[in-house]
Amino acid sequence: MSNRELSYAEAIREALAIALERDDSVFLMGEDIGVYGGAFQVTGDLIERFGEERVMDTPISELGGAGVAVGAALTGMRPVYEFQFSDFSMLAMEQIVNQAAKLRYMLGGAVSVPVVFRMPTGSGLGGAAQHSQSIEAWYAHVPGLKVVEPSTPEDVKGMLLAAIKDPDPVIVLEHKLLYKMKGVTPEGYYETPLDRAVVRRGGRDLTIVATAIMVHRALEAAQILASEDIDAEVIDLRSLRPIDRAAIVGSVKRTARLLAVYEGVKTLGIGAEIAAIVAESDAFDYLDAPIVRLGGVEAPIPYSPVLEKAAVPQVEDIVAAARRLAQGEV
Amino acid sequence: MTSHSNSARFSVAHPKVYDRLAPDEVLGALRRMHRIRRFEETAEDSYIRGLSYGTMHLSIGQEATAVGACMPLSDADWITSTHRGHGHCIAKGAELGPMFAEFLGREGGYCKGRGGSMHIAEPAKGNLGANGIVGGGLPIAVGAALSAKKRRTGAVALAFFGDGANNAGAFHEALNIASIWKLPVVFVCENNQYAMSMAMARSTAVANVADRASAYAIPGVIVDGNSFADVAEASFQATERARAGEGPTLIEAKTYRTRGHSRSDRNRYRAREEIEAWKARDPIARLEAEIVALGLATEPRVAAIAAEVEKEMAEAVAAASASPWPAVADVARDVYSPAERPLR
Repeated sequence: MSNRELSYAEAIREALAIALERDDSVFLMGEDIGVYGGAFQVTGDLIERFGEERVMDTPISELGGAGVAVGAALTGMRPVYEFQFSDFSMLAMEQIVNQAAKLRYMLGGAVSVPVVFRMPTGSGLGGAAQHSQSIEAWYAHVPGLKVVEPSTPEDVKGMLLAAIKDPDPVIVLEHKLLYKMKGVTPEGYYETPLDRAVVRRGGRDLTIVATAIMVHRALEAAQILASEDIDAEVIDLRSLRPIDRAAIVGSVKRTARLLAVYEGVKTLGIGAEIAAIVAESDAFDYLDAPIVRLGGVEAPIPYSPVLEKAAVPQVEDIVAAARRLAQGEV
Repeated sequence: MTSHSNSARFSVAHPKVYDRLAPDEVLGALRRMHRIRRFEETAEDSYIRGLSYGTMHLSIGQEATAVGACMPLSDADWITSTHRGHGHCIAKGAELGPMFAEFLGREGGYCKGRGGSMHIAEPAKGNLGANGIVGGGLPIAVGAALSAKKRRTGAVALAFFGDGANNAGAFHEALNIASIWKLPVVFVCENNQYAMSMAMARSTAVANVADRASAYAIPGVIVDGNSFADVAEASFQATERARAGEGPTLIEAKTYRTRGHSRSDRNRYRAREEIEAWKARDPIARLEAEIVALGLATEPRVAAIAAEVEKEMAEAVAAASASPWPAVADVARDVYSPAERPLR
């Protein structure tokens, strides 16, 4: 096994390059993904390698651009559409939710829509209220979409390749704070399942189910908790739709405590679903404490770094919540 | 009749399109127009008698636009359709039986009863779907055109939309993208004068939808939407231009729906005289008169088509009514493509 490390952004670029090379029907669309290299320098030099026919700069027309991707996907192509920020995808919500997600069903299964929508998401870079949201739960509420939120370079490469091959529309949410994070990334083509959570750290005292950047914060928190003799299991959810119920239920049956950590606004966020999965399952009988959710505050993401940090769960918040939960103070 | 940009002026007295079409093709077009009319009259009747459900949007009076626009298209070409889409579906070659079964919500329908009146489509004939979102089909057609260009299939995509959609952002974004990338797409506006209740003059800052073509540096053509010949000729020219790699065209077909917007329409926004005046310009009667006058077929032959379609429709209703209801257990089938391995 090679120990080659790539950054999360490099791993995405490598996945895109492999897909472009393997399959003529794959092409990229998005604003400033060409010579500019993408708002987060994800596509980088792909235009030099594959040309502007396959790395297509689109006008600032999210609705039109996403619709073009849907139409191309319906008729034999496999477009990968990059939104500069997930916030901007709201302009294309009509095409993503009313069209891409529903066309197969509405037409009785006669068509499929193999489109991938990539969306940088989350806060932490001072983008303020319209460039920092976490709207994963919105998309995860839509039958017909698949929604994934990979947290490592290895996963983002494998999940993106799986998403491109998938016959249905897939939303790949990329947390902006992960782009520069490095990690061991296998070479060549491989696929990572779009429907499986993964245990990042085994533990016996409580289960922390986290998404995206919160996986890394939860792992950091788990280390601190370990020094206090609290052994936290950390599950990286990875897929929000479909959601890996068995992984959550199985873990909670062993640890008897559940903490859900996510960046989206707490109320009606993905944590509500995680909690409900346990409440509706036989794991409920195993619980030794109420379920705890840590999510974003009930406010838009603020600009001031002091406030921005306070708006979403941080390592110390996770430590504190886990400690209370493990010590029976909830 | 007016024309814009580089489009030609069409002659009503000697419709040019008949030089392109064999008599049988013209009779085939007439048959499709009759099918649309009978399908919709039957649908309306079935609704009134309580035999069907939901809502429907009838295009009675607009048949020449649907059929004329589709004349240059083969099954390899794509269309996107609208909520008022029965006509487009039939014009693109769909059969009445599975269409009526879909209208009734039966498993034998084109969409297996999942789509209903508003989404009837036969993708195998190049119909990418009747769309319930005004403007929704326009970018999708542009995407199909991009696909055709990339795969060098020589296909064109034709987007039907109404006058209402010309004020939706999707229209403007779609036309701009199609123009900058010179894509093989034809935008066909069925201007039936009203977006639900809102008259074009109240909703739109320009006098004609076609006027908007100049903003996207593409030809904008206005045709009489109740003239099969005029619509077909404009569509032939636009599709030829598209296939030659010269980019998109916007065709505005001025027409009229003689029925209300949907079942909820109490007709408070237009005068009875206006409706009657448009009924006098019936596109089917007009094509029949043209066929006879130009000697493309005899009067009895023309008259026989309506009777044949009447019989075809009766058979379609019988077949559709015999089709089973979908199995309730299948309510979530076809949300996703078949999984390579089961999701747990």
